[in-house]
Amino acid sequence: MKARVHVMLKNGVLDPQGEAVRHALGSLGFDGVEGVRQGKIIELDLTETDPGKAKETVTAMCEKLLANTVIESYSVEIA
Amino acid sequence: MHAAVIVFPGSNCDRDMKVAFENAGARVSMVWHKDTEMPAGVDVIGVPGGFSFGDYLRCGAIAANSPICQSVKAHADKGGYVLGICNGFQVLTETGLLPGVLLRNSGLKYVCKALDLKVETSNSAYTSGYNAGTTITIPIAHHDGNYYADDDTLARLNDEDRVAFRYVENPNGSQQDIAGILSDNRRVLGMMPHPERMAEEIHGNTEGATLFSSLVGSLENA
Repeated sequence: MKARVHVMLKNGVLDPQGEAVRHALGSLGFDGVEGVRQGKIIELDLTETDPGKAKETVTAMCEKLLANTVIESYSVEIA
Repeated sequence: MHAAVIVFPGSNCDRDMKVAFENAGARVSMVWHKDTEMPAGVDVIGVPGGFSFGDYLRCGAIAANSPICQSVKAHADKGGYVLGICNGFQVLTETGLLPGVLLRNSGLKYVCKALDLKVETSNSAYTSGYNAGTTITIPIAHHDGNYYADDDTLARLNDEDRVAFRYVENPNGSQQDIAGILSDNRRVLGMMPHPERMAEEIHGNTEGATLFSSLVGSLENA
């Protein structure tokens, strides 16, 4: 079973890398980009076969390591 | 006074920290990250600068979950002293021993230079050798030193006199120019600047050595 975790900076937390990408897009002539937020996708291969249990385990992984919930939010997809 | 300095894969200020502790009169044990226990009788644990585990995932995140960090947490929970410098500060925020987080520098560049810091409080074992309000010159060398915490946390740090150092000129976008903070019991200090790199005459000045001598002196008299 595969899991995919999306980690994003929370709203209100300055994202200097996203801002740099926004500036670079502007200088390439892509107008109209009002904001860019950069995050991470983490893909996991799991031996677990029960989707509910997999989601529970991956959520625990996010809380403990994969995201820093002081500044980041996360979502878990099980496929 | 017995200090332990933790060594992670990618630590690169561990030996400088050892020398700074020794010059202040401490006995130093180097402790590998896979160890699970501190040597007996450790008074203070130093978490050094560097790029532990290549800064993978987030700076300090992997180190904060390494076996030895359970002992670091246990030491702090018992009221022990812990000093985290640069990457060590990032590790201490990731363990939850200090609040907030260190984000990428707002200018996106790695900044390596000596800077003026204002000593905000002399009320800690680390800063008792300085007068509050004094300016000292200490180098920084980091890519992720942009201190961030929510408004409630910042208010608490200020109300409880827990900001140890502020930058005179903000190099990285840190909220409220914060360069170093103390835990609520004032025994855990995290700071981005490197006092161990300004601790001998050959470094340019010895203003960083004062932090180590204050700490060792306070603990020996305790």
